[in-house]
Amino acid sequence: MTLHASLLGDRSASLLRRALSNRSFVIGLVIAVAVAAVALISYVWTPYDVTRLVIADRTRPPSLAHWFGTDHFGRDILSMIMVGARNSIAVALVAVGIGMGIGVPLGCLAAARGGMLDEAVMRLNDLVFAFPALLSAIMITAVFGPGALNAIIAIGIFNIPVFARVARAGALSIWPREFILAARTAGKGKILITIEHILPNIATLLLVQGSIQFALGILAEAGLSYVGLGAQPPMPSWGRMLFDAQTRMTVAPWMAMFPGMAIAITVLGFNLLGDGLADILDPRSRRRQ
Amino acid sequence: MIAYPARRIAIAIVTLVLASIVVFTMLEIVPGDPARIMLGMNASAEQVAQLRHQMGLDAPLLLRYLHWTGGLLKLDFGQSYTYSVPVIDLVAERMAVSLPLALIALALSTIIAIPVGLYSASRRGGTGDTIAMGTAQLGVAVPNFWFALLLIYLFAVWLHWVPAGGFPGWDAGIGLALKSLALPALALALPQAAILARVARSALIEVLSEDYIRTARAKGIPRRAVLWRHALRNAMIPVLTIMGLQFAFLLAGTIIIENVFYLPGLGRLVFQAINQRDLIVVKSVVMLLVAIVIVVNLLVDLSYALVDPRLRGRP
Amino acid sequence: MGLLKALLAAGALALAIGVSGTTSAFAVRTDLVLGVTLEPPHLDPTAGAAAAIDEVLYANVFEGLTRIGPDGEVLPDLAESWTISDDGKVYIFKLHSGVKFHDGTDFDASDVKFSLDRARATNSVNAQKQLFAAIDTVEIVDPATVKITLKHPQGAFLYNMGWGDAVMVAPESAATNKQRPIGTGPFKFQNWAKGSSITLVKSDHYWGDPVFLDKVQFRIIPDPAAAVPAMLSGDVQAFPFFPPDAVSQLQDDPNLQVEVGSTEGETILAMNNKKKPLDDLKVRQAISYALDRQAIIEGASGGLGVPIGSHMSPSSKAYLDLTGEYPHDVAKAKELLKEAGMPDGFKATLKLPPPDYARLGGEIVASQLRDVGIDLEIIPMEWAQWLDQVFTKKDYDLTIVSHTEPNDIDIYSRRDYYFNYQNPEFNKGINELNLTADETRRDELLEKAQKILADDAVVGFLFELPKVGVWNKHLQGFWKNAPIQANDLTKVKWTD
Repeated sequence: MTLHASLLGDRSASLLRRALSNRSFVIGLVIAVAVAAVALISYVWTPYDVTRLVIADRTRPPSLAHWFGTDHFGRDILSMIMVGARNSIAVALVAVGIGMGIGVPLGCLAAARGGMLDEAVMRLNDLVFAFPALLSAIMITAVFGPGALNAIIAIGIFNIPVFARVARAGALSIWPREFILAARTAGKGKILITIEHILPNIATLLLVQGSIQFALGILAEAGLSYVGLGAQPPMPSWGRMLFDAQTRMTVAPWMAMFPGMAIAITVLGFNLLGDGLADILDPRSRRRQ
Repeated sequence: MIAYPARRIAIAIVTLVLASIVVFTMLEIVPGDPARIMLGMNASAEQVAQLRHQMGLDAPLLLRYLHWTGGLLKLDFGQSYTYSVPVIDLVAERMAVSLPLALIALALSTIIAIPVGLYSASRRGGTGDTIAMGTAQLGVAVPNFWFALLLIYLFAVWLHWVPAGGFPGWDAGIGLALKSLALPALALALPQAAILARVARSALIEVLSEDYIRTARAKGIPRRAVLWRHALRNAMIPVLTIMGLQFAFLLAGTIIIENVFYLPGLGRLVFQAINQRDLIVVKSVVMLLVAIVIVVNLLVDLSYALVDPRLRGRP
Repeated sequence: MGLLKALLAAGALALAIGVSGTTSAFAVRTDLVLGVTLEPPHLDPTAGAAAAIDEVLYANVFEGLTRIGPDGEVLPDLAESWTISDDGKVYIFKLHSGVKFHDGTDFDASDVKFSLDRARATNSVNAQKQLFAAIDTVEIVDPATVKITLKHPQGAFLYNMGWGDAVMVAPESAATNKQRPIGTGPFKFQNWAKGSSITLVKSDHYWGDPVFLDKVQFRIIPDPAAAVPAMLSGDVQAFPFFPPDAVSQLQDDPNLQVEVGSTEGETILAMNNKKKPLDDLKVRQAISYALDRQAIIEGASGGLGVPIGSHMSPSSKAYLDLTGEYPHDVAKAKELLKEAGMPDGFKATLKLPPPDYARLGGEIVASQLRDVGIDLEIIPMEWAQWLDQVFTKKDYDLTIVSHTEPNDIDIYSRRDYYFNYQNPEFNKGINELNLTADETRRDELLEKAQKILADDAVVGFLFELPKVGVWNKHLQGFWKNAPIQANDLTKVKWTD
């Protein structure tokens, strides 16, 4: 019997109950689903075309025609926020994907093999951690040029050691368990055990970390595109919208207000989701509640 | 028992060398010729070549790497291309802003976070806790450059309490200097305070559930005294660890805030230097920051080992 | 809750520190904090192209034989008068006497010879060596008289001697001017807090008319978003080159005065004339028709700036209004593209340097060209990359940049210039211009040159960069226009 089986088995109903009674989780989930929905809708419909500039309509305050007002080029801010959500989510998601895709195997491998390999992986982690993240991201985009893709790479690189560390720590705590021992005596190889037993058991840990890194990724993307190194026009991005807004704080405050709120709410949502997940899935906090 | 510290120090040195190679390589492939930038649009190819030679940019790769790292060891960081002054002087000037800023921000964040964490932990699950932690969540979620803009318009433009940005220098008087660091420190401190408050709360809750605390309570020691005398002290370890990390972050990760407030700090020095291809400054300052982080980590690890002998056995 | 506490803490801090910044209302102020967007790389105007150097030092710390006035006119400076030989090749300058450098050494004819010989030496790092290219010899007649002989007559010689790159320096201090500039001007250098500010103070023994200010701090504020609150809060009292796009926030402030003047900056959509399909005149004309200059000015320059139709400042005497040659006409643009064999348009890149006019203008240009079927990929870059890729290696399709040097129409005749444009007829005109001193003939030649550039649609001519100056209402004496990039503070004073 493995532990993950219990998550899917007869206790799933009680898990669901616990999830629905966890305030952080519910609020986080609602926000996350809403943001994702907005991003998806933007593929098929936005109130206005975000690539069309209507200079004559520039910096119009919020109205019935433009709920969130227009920007300095006369673009509809609501539409830009919708399309910007797409950009933010894509960048954060892929960056988390890079971090997980490379970090988790590294961490698991380090835990499984130990010795020199473990040492090497951990030292590599230290190396990446030693670099100031934003500064290095700026250096990376200086080398490869600004753009959404390079922002993803820059953020993704700094996700790798995070996941490697979480995966390693999680795996190390599972390895001494009895059921692993049983599997080993049954003659299973370390890689197979990792895939069959370790990974499912650290999945929840990774899910929690993933949700937190996702929120951090949204913030990092906003920061990078605020300094002009993220997605390039005509693709709207929340950070760039704030950059454009800041020279018009007194004459067009709505330009700063809505994208700022979009970032804050999205990050808040995914952080709450992560917190809630941790609460629900962590047996220790279960005891505490 | 000398083995662990020696090993740990050796590892730190290897990491430093690797980092120097990464930094050097990165900056070798950055496009843009510093000589051309210094001379501008009207300079001829010969003028550019001449300046390249003067700056030693035409020497072989390995030689330049050795020259650079050799200089670093002697604390000779080289000469800035754009300012034509020693990089170490620039760093010292900028440290005079970045270091106090980081310290003030850290102090502010601690002053805000510890009481909030304490309060929340002692009233876990209550309305006060929910509001405090909700605010903390918001504090983490709000981009700090956006918050900084709001602060500027509120305190500088509207209330005229503090300058909107810039730094007059310490010789202009401590009062003026502190005044111009107030808003950036606050903008930096808020998200850090939010994180710290959450860490402090959960560390406290953890400690409060330990047996000895229960024993203390059972002995009839008042709740408040338990909180202050026992719990807080024991919860300080994770809190201090986070604070150490935050300090390193605050020293190096303030580029955006320094830009918003046009403060002449380390972060902006590097940012500017990247844009102007003042590569010697970028190389040396990034290396310095990396070295600070590595050394801080080393010291933390060594002190843990000192405290907890069990750790001496493993890396 | 955390926020409230934070706010209270900030308030308490501010109150504790107190209000120490107020000055007496009775005495007229003699100090000034002036905002500049770019930090100079060093402080020697004779060794660098950066306009930021002149913005601090020109006319304030350093002076030349001649100088350029507020409206672009040539004025005497360290040379009080001069005579020109009939063949236009020999200039004799009479120098002011009793002039001292800030370190106390005397200024005389030997310093003139030193400065000019240094600027035109083979190992000179002067960024504008062509200014001195016509000089054959510089001779000291007596300590107050200098004779300069040219290789050939040069119409613009007196103007050239007024550039910041041609200022007078002393042999004792020339080598250290980059860090400690020593000139003859009314202000002397006091301090440079790198990354933050440069401070000048009044010089005690200035030879000319005394200045009104005792102390001027040039504060470096690169970000328009920071410049706006700095002006609104009064931290900075003058910003003579304010980012035009951000000025809308300051226009309604009762304490501030906004003055819009002209510069010598022709903002153009430069095209690589050798790259397909931009080597086709019809394609370049189509692009010119596709541009709506007024919308670009509205969106990229806060509605300020004058449309141009060729490479000449509208404030120039020789200016020819050619904006009517390619009016905004989408149908015509599409038709020309069809004639060029590209009815569905084409794809190209648009590389943009950092200034607002380029980044904002680029978005608008891309949107306008999309309307005629041309799909531009926007690639923003720092100056470093721009100079490398676009300017030096000519690896680009289109770019937006403002050419701020005065009277620089001759750049279109330069071989290997980044436009990749060559027209023998144009070059012939420029060659004649260089040898002509007669004003009427010069104007004729300049008009013809403008017409050729417009006919060839060498680049998309957008607008003349405005000079937007913002300063406290009680300040006066700033330049309205910017014939050169400088902040001449010799006439600036506070009034009540």
